[in-house]
Amino acid sequence: MAFLEINNVNKRFGQFVAVEDFNLKVERGEFVSFLGPSGCGKTTTLRMVAGFEMPTEGEILISGADVTHKPPNQRNVGMVFQSYALFPNMTVADNIGFGLKVARKGKDEIAKVVDEMLALIHMESFRQRYPYQMSGGQQQRVALARALAIHPQVLLLDEPLSALDAKIRVELRTEIRAIQQKLGITTIYVTHDQEEALSLSDRIVVMKDGHIEQVGSPFQIYNFPETPFVASFVGTLNVVDAVVRDPQSGALTVDGQEIQTAQPLSVSAGQTVRIAVRPEMLRMTANSGSGGTNELSGTVDTVTFLGSIVRVQVRLEKSKLFFDMFNNPHLVPPQVGEKLTVYFPREACLVV
Amino acid sequence: MKRSRFWSWLWIGLGILYFFIPLLATLNFSLRMKKDVISLMAYEKVLADPGFVKSFTFSAEMAFFTILASMILIVPTAYWVHLRLPQAKPIVEFITLLPFVIPAIVLVFGLIRIFSRPPFVLTASPALLVAGYVVLSFPYMYRAVDNGLRAMDVRSLTEAAQSLGAGWGTILLKVIFPNLKVALLSGTFLTFAIVIGELTLASLLAWPALGPYMALLGQNRAYEPAALAIMSFALTWGMIGLIQVFTRGTSGTALGGMK
Amino acid sequence: MKSKQQGDAPLARPSLPKINWNWLGVMPFFLFALLFLILPASSLFVGSFQDNQGQFTFNNIKNLFTPYILNSYKLTIQVSLVTAVGGALFGFLMAYAVTLGGLPRWLRTALTTFSGVASNFAGVPLAFAFISTLGRVGLVTVILKSLGINIYQQGFNLYSFWGLCLTYMYFQFPLMVLIISPSLDGLRREWREACENLGGSSWHYWRHVALPILTPALISTTILLFGNSFGAYATAYALTGGSLNLVPIIIGAQIRGDVLHDTGLGYALALGMVVIMGASILGYTVLQNRASRWLR
Repeated sequence: MAFLEINNVNKRFGQFVAVEDFNLKVERGEFVSFLGPSGCGKTTTLRMVAGFEMPTEGEILISGADVTHKPPNQRNVGMVFQSYALFPNMTVADNIGFGLKVARKGKDEIAKVVDEMLALIHMESFRQRYPYQMSGGQQQRVALARALAIHPQVLLLDEPLSALDAKIRVELRTEIRAIQQKLGITTIYVTHDQEEALSLSDRIVVMKDGHIEQVGSPFQIYNFPETPFVASFVGTLNVVDAVVRDPQSGALTVDGQEIQTAQPLSVSAGQTVRIAVRPEMLRMTANSGSGGTNELSGTVDTVTFLGSIVRVQVRLEKSKLFFDMFNNPHLVPPQVGEKLTVYFPREACLVV
Repeated sequence: MKRSRFWSWLWIGLGILYFFIPLLATLNFSLRMKKDVISLMAYEKVLADPGFVKSFTFSAEMAFFTILASMILIVPTAYWVHLRLPQAKPIVEFITLLPFVIPAIVLVFGLIRIFSRPPFVLTASPALLVAGYVVLSFPYMYRAVDNGLRAMDVRSLTEAAQSLGAGWGTILLKVIFPNLKVALLSGTFLTFAIVIGELTLASLLAWPALGPYMALLGQNRAYEPAALAIMSFALTWGMIGLIQVFTRGTSGTALGGMK
Repeated sequence: MKSKQQGDAPLARPSLPKINWNWLGVMPFFLFALLFLILPASSLFVGSFQDNQGQFTFNNIKNLFTPYILNSYKLTIQVSLVTAVGGALFGFLMAYAVTLGGLPRWLRTALTTFSGVASNFAGVPLAFAFISTLGRVGLVTVILKSLGINIYQQGFNLYSFWGLCLTYMYFQFPLMVLIISPSLDGLRREWREACENLGGSSWHYWRHVALPILTPALISTTILLFGNSFGAYATAYALTGGSLNLVPIIIGAQIRGDVLHDTGLGYALALGMVVIMGASILGYTVLQNRASRWLR
């Protein structure tokens, strides 16, 4: 039996359906991310696990026990909020020790746990600081320690990094994952940032409009999206219209140029479909994949310098494709107006 | 949740009673001048009394001059402090808050002591009353203007005006004042509400203002004071209502009053 | 602009000490405040230490410590304390009800408007309103009498201590509502949730989180309310006509006619008020510093 089970959970606010038929089993020690745009129900689901919202239907089990209607202060679930939510009137040590104090633990035990937690987040010297004396990243680390200090069965993180600077975000992300693995704690992580979800998770739950679109490992989600939404939400995509020429062989035309998919198509000849290609699959040189190579020729439309990479957009007739190339000071990037052919393997061509 | 909402309703209910019972009682009383019938006689009597008209006019004049003087004094000062003299801000703020520490009764005592003998003999002039009112209006007027200035970017506006060739007078009259309109209006209404029925200064400096008139009426009449109280409440309500109409959406709250 | 001026200055007059001419801009204000606020206030201070001939003396201060004067201070402080604490408590509960108590939104708007009006509705008209309500023939008195409860026989008197307190409360608690509501809005939902999440109950939340966070605002507002009734003259005068022995009333009587037969004592009395107000503000600063270590 799974450690955390969310079975047939529905949540409605009046007429509005926030979460619909949500089913998920999370194993002990697993790191699962809920990924989706804002308003997709990911935070509501997390708040139901924490006990701040009650499901309209369905049940939530932690370690076999039904906690669906338990109040939040009896669930032993740790939560980290987007806005840190540290108690501003308490020092770091008092914040971390709060849960234990409420549970009437002894002074010595509290001090011991606080020491452990401070060591865990590498902030031993911040013991007596108040929240206002710390940066956002430091506050969020303390909030993490505070949630972990009560030795929760499940750790919940609600967009913990979205209020932070890009650089701190990457740093803290790595730290969260390291701590999670060290403690082996079952974790649910809510985010709208696909990069975070891909880099952190054992499994990702992609959500849209209150329901689950796809559950899978980062690898599966990125490479084999099951729905057009997952394909477009996770990673960046070139999406172009193509006319089916021969469904059997997977032959299509894009602005009159012929390409092939790896699989046969399920629509009849003459129909228009949308095909998607990840930009990183496009090359400027012919380097055939196992199933053969497609090529498309066009004119360079824009060249955008983004630091480590250069983004090039190629216009065919109507359609546009972009791809990224590494910045190399010794190579001249393509010039606007230049004719260019891009190559990509047949299996990189997703029909959405 | 249900339980706590019960308590919320209870406290609000008690508050509503506290607000309205005295008003209802006063209203009821004010309508009972003719025996056994509801009538507006008390109001008619008050409005027909030349003493009321005279004292009301006098107080309204005092309020007008107070507001004018207070603005002329506070707006340029607050503006200048914002723009050029931020180091003076704590001192100016402290002075504008002093009327909270020095009650009106103490202030008027001091004013009489200073201005009843040479070199400045002002006790015979209503200017002293206005000056006292201006001091009492400091906390409200300064707060309103300061909030208003904080809401706009004084420095950029001034520099933009200067770069377009405006002089100081033009900047104050054409740029700063119009942008402070809401703040000044709320300061104006609040000051008016305070000054119009003020008793302490007016009575102890012996001016025939509305406050002393009302107090006198209260000593020898029964129904007219109730009518006056209702009218005065309506006036206060009108002033505060006007402030809220003008400051809708901003965080201007009206605090104050002469107790 | 500023740096340009500084750049020009050495060319013109290199040897003059620097004067910040910007101070000129606030001179009218300072001059006015000096004449009509500082000077009058300090003249009372000087007067408190002078006898009728203008000689220095401690007699006025010494004369404050007579039972009559001490009692009037005591009474004034009692009225101020009762109405400050009572007003703060009741105002807090009302503000809590409309901000966090789950009541409809329009109630809050209504309460804010009422509070704005009621906190400014003071002085003579307020006294009239309470006389019409709880005076000997006031509406409530009469209604209660018809129900068999004669509050004046039970010992209540509008023109005495509790009547005055009840009247002052009319402007005290609305002021509390106005000032404390924004602080209650500042209590973030996440704090309560974090507390619950860590196993805390409602009691833990209020005891360890919400009340400590609100303490600075509660202290400062209560002091403000204290000062608000401490200096009140008009309401008390119109209500009791001078029968209650409050310090502002005595000062007022002293100004009208020489009731103390000693002007110097009048000045000392006024000085005492300023000292008590100053002391309460000082106490406020100390408490504030202790309660708000965690504030920026």
